[in-house]
Amino acid sequence: MNPTPILEVDDIHVYYGNIHALKGVSLTINKGEIVTLIGANGAGKTTTLNAISGLVPSREGQVRLRGETISGVASHLIVGRGIVQVPEGRRMFARLTVEENLRMGGYTLTRAADVQAGIDRAFEMFPRLKERRTQVAGTLSGGEQQMLAIGRALMAGPEVLLLDEPSMGLAPVLVDFVFDTISRLHAEGTTILLVEQNARMALQIADRGYVIETGMIVLSDLAANLRENDTVRKAYLGIV
Amino acid sequence: MTVTSAGMPATGTAPSATGSAPAMPVSFQRRVIRTGLLGAVIALYLCMVGIVPIFNARPLVQGVISLGQAALFLSLFATGFVATRRVAESSSRLIADGAIAGGLSGVALSALVLVGSMVDVRAFMPNASPVLYGILTFNLGTVGFWIPMALGAVLGGLAGAVGLASPRLRRSLFVGLISLFALGLFAGLIRTPMLALPVDELARLLFASDGLTLIGAVVVLVLSVGLHHLQRTRRLDRQFAALPPSQRRRIQIPLIALAAVFVLVLPQGLGSFFAQVIAIVALYVMMGLGLNITLGLAGLLDLGFVAFFAVGAYTVGLLTSTAEFGIAQWPFWAAVPVAVIVAMVFGAFLGLPILSIRGDYLAIATMGFGEIIRILAGSDLMKPLLGGPRGIINIPKPIEVPPDSLLAGPNQIYYIALIGAALIAFVAWRLRASRLGRAWIAIREDEDVAEAIGINLIQTKILAYMLGAAFAGLGGAVFAALVGSIFASSIQLMVSINVASLIIVGGMGSIPGVIVGAIFLIGLPELFREFSEYRFLFYGIALIAMMQLRPEGLLPSRIVRREFQHGGGDEPPESSTSPLAL
Ligand SMILES: Nc1ncnc2c1ncn2[C@@H]1O[C@H](COP(=O)(O)OP(=O)(O)OP(=O)(O)O)[C@@H](O)[C@H]1O
Ligand SMILES: [Mg+2]
Repeated sequence: MNPTPILEVDDIHVYYGNIHALKGVSLTINKGEIVTLIGANGAGKTTTLNAISGLVPSREGQVRLRGETISGVASHLIVGRGIVQVPEGRRMFARLTVEENLRMGGYTLTRAADVQAGIDRAFEMFPRLKERRTQVAGTLSGGEQQMLAIGRALMAGPEVLLLDEPSMGLAPVLVDFVFDTISRLHAEGTTILLVEQNARMALQIADRGYVIETGMIVLSDLAANLRENDTVRKAYLGIV
Repeated sequence: MTVTSAGMPATGTAPSATGSAPAMPVSFQRRVIRTGLLGAVIALYLCMVGIVPIFNARPLVQGVISLGQAALFLSLFATGFVATRRVAESSSRLIADGAIAGGLSGVALSALVLVGSMVDVRAFMPNASPVLYGILTFNLGTVGFWIPMALGAVLGGLAGAVGLASPRLRRSLFVGLISLFALGLFAGLIRTPMLALPVDELARLLFASDGLTLIGAVVVLVLSVGLHHLQRTRRLDRQFAALPPSQRRRIQIPLIALAAVFVLVLPQGLGSFFAQVIAIVALYVMMGLGLNITLGLAGLLDLGFVAFFAVGAYTVGLLTSTAEFGIAQWPFWAAVPVAVIVAMVFGAFLGLPILSIRGDYLAIATMGFGEIIRILAGSDLMKPLLGGPRGIINIPKPIEVPPDSLLAGPNQIYYIALIGAALIAFVAWRLRASRLGRAWIAIREDEDVAEAIGINLIQTKILAYMLGAAFAGLGGAVFAALVGSIFASSIQLMVSINVASLIIVGGMGSIPGVIVGAIFLIGLPELFREFSEYRFLFYGIALIAMMQLRPEGLLPSRIVRREFQHGGGDEPPESSTSPLAL
């Protein structure tokens, strides 16, 4: 079977002023895959996601979605094309309720019925959110906030979901829950690029993985191989 | 100087009172004294800045008490009330404490009368005059120096006694006092239309030419306290909300119709001065609703709002004036859409360079923009076009009518301004519920997340500035027609500050809040033109009091209310499931 690349990142360079944050990052994500991007703090993971979704401009290189280049396309249009990012640190509209947050996530949808269907789907996926429908998002627990962040991103009906450290700061039970959710989305056909510090979990559910260090991809392989890789074991899995 | 000298004897009595009390209530005693001294400072301040003498010109209850005296009494009463608040003690103690605190304030006033009769301090305290002493002593002069003291003690003790009443009764008394003040102040406004109707006998019974009659005061007090106290505990609005929608509509429609008829006949009964005041309030409602989009919904501070008002007013002036600087002599109605569009262009013009500015810096940048427009309008550079300080005159009325018609003079503008405000309120309401409105709320709540969920920040922000500007431009256009001229001196930073304040007082992001805020901050001061010297004093007090007591505003939007009510706690489930009814 010949996998079809849905998202291709081709040698992108991102600068913050003089800081050369991404020094030629290339990734390929095939349709229906979970690909994980692992790396230390400050390696450039978030920057890579932001470059894909157009939140930061890349000075060189290209991002292609289904073969069409999307670098230079304004970020709000990229959401409409099917790439949605769940931002790092579960950023909520803290003063809006759970339901209002979800509704906001469906901003790019033009039909009210689609929005309602999306909300129903999010509630079905996260019954806990349904219970807390009218609660203000800022008062949700960390785990609930992560559910809401994912639910809100799903509202736009993304083909590719970019997840930025969804397990950050969660208790082990909730980490398991988040990863279960990711597997479920994967099973439903969503393509996922998962940025994680928790390399152990990420490599367990991913098909393939990339390792990024100081703005460069230093390793890429099937997740199963990375799990066995000595460098990865030492640096990211804490196994000596 | 006077403050300290008057405060001295009071301080002297403090230790003995404290010393005789048993160990526990020491802090209570000290609080009573401290409150009494604070009350003294406030009472003296009211006298010395001239509020009491000036307000004395207006009777509250004719022949009995003037507004100035009432203000003073109120401060004495409040002193007693504050001093005994939150103290659970025997009833005699409460009354005694209140009397001590109120009496202390009174002592300060008595001392003022005594000192004033001996030394003439008018050279540097122009308000410390025999007139003031007359007010303080009910015209007895120095012989009656004891009166403020006694009055303070009585009123303070009374306030302490009120503290004994049940909270419900207390609230009723409070409502009664407020009603008395409100009706006394607006007596003229209520009496005039009543005289024209078959209820003129009643009007004469209750209202004097200025203020209430004694009978009127008693009736108002008894009725308001009684009605409030007897009112069923279950609130009317709750009962109303519990009704099914069809029944609710059956009540709503006649109410709205009634309000509409009332609004339509109002200027006919009240005369043109009042019509003009309401027209000005309506103007500020328009501008407030405009800023409510930029600031209230999109969260973009704009302190240069007067610029758009100016653009609207000058555009109408240029296009319609029949005098020197008029360029087209168009009718008002043709000029208005142009004014709105030009204002929107200026809105975009302001928005573009400051797109990426956030927070505090926006305040400076927008204020600068407002100042640029203000200074330009009065500058020599623009003088050949806009007339500089001489301005553009002879702006015709929108509808030419004979002088005795129903639509003559300010009445016409009253109707136009009200229709304009209603129209804008409707548009603002629809906008808020729209997709664009949601985008505004999203960028207000979190710009970065808004971008991540697919909102076009540039477009959304520019539209916020443009639509805010459009509303302000319409306000300016109506203003030009109201005044019939536009001068550079009408363009003031104060207009921007007024608009921002009324939104804050009314409640950020809330449409009814804008209306209430405009009535409070613009309408009331207009009605009290005679006290205009103190306008900003009250303004400041009102804003500080607001921030202390009700920081969310008088009628806040739901989001803002949430923030202030549930700072971190759980939100109780709301009954409404309306689609993003924010
Ligand atoms: N807005 C910015 N301005 C300047 N430098 C930035 C900015 N954002 C990120 N950087 C820098 O770019 C580099 C990569 O940051 P990035 O946020 O992509 O790291 P990360 O891999 O996501 O780290 P973490 O695991 O801590 O989230 C870091 O050195 C960071 O300091
Ligand atoms: Mg990161």
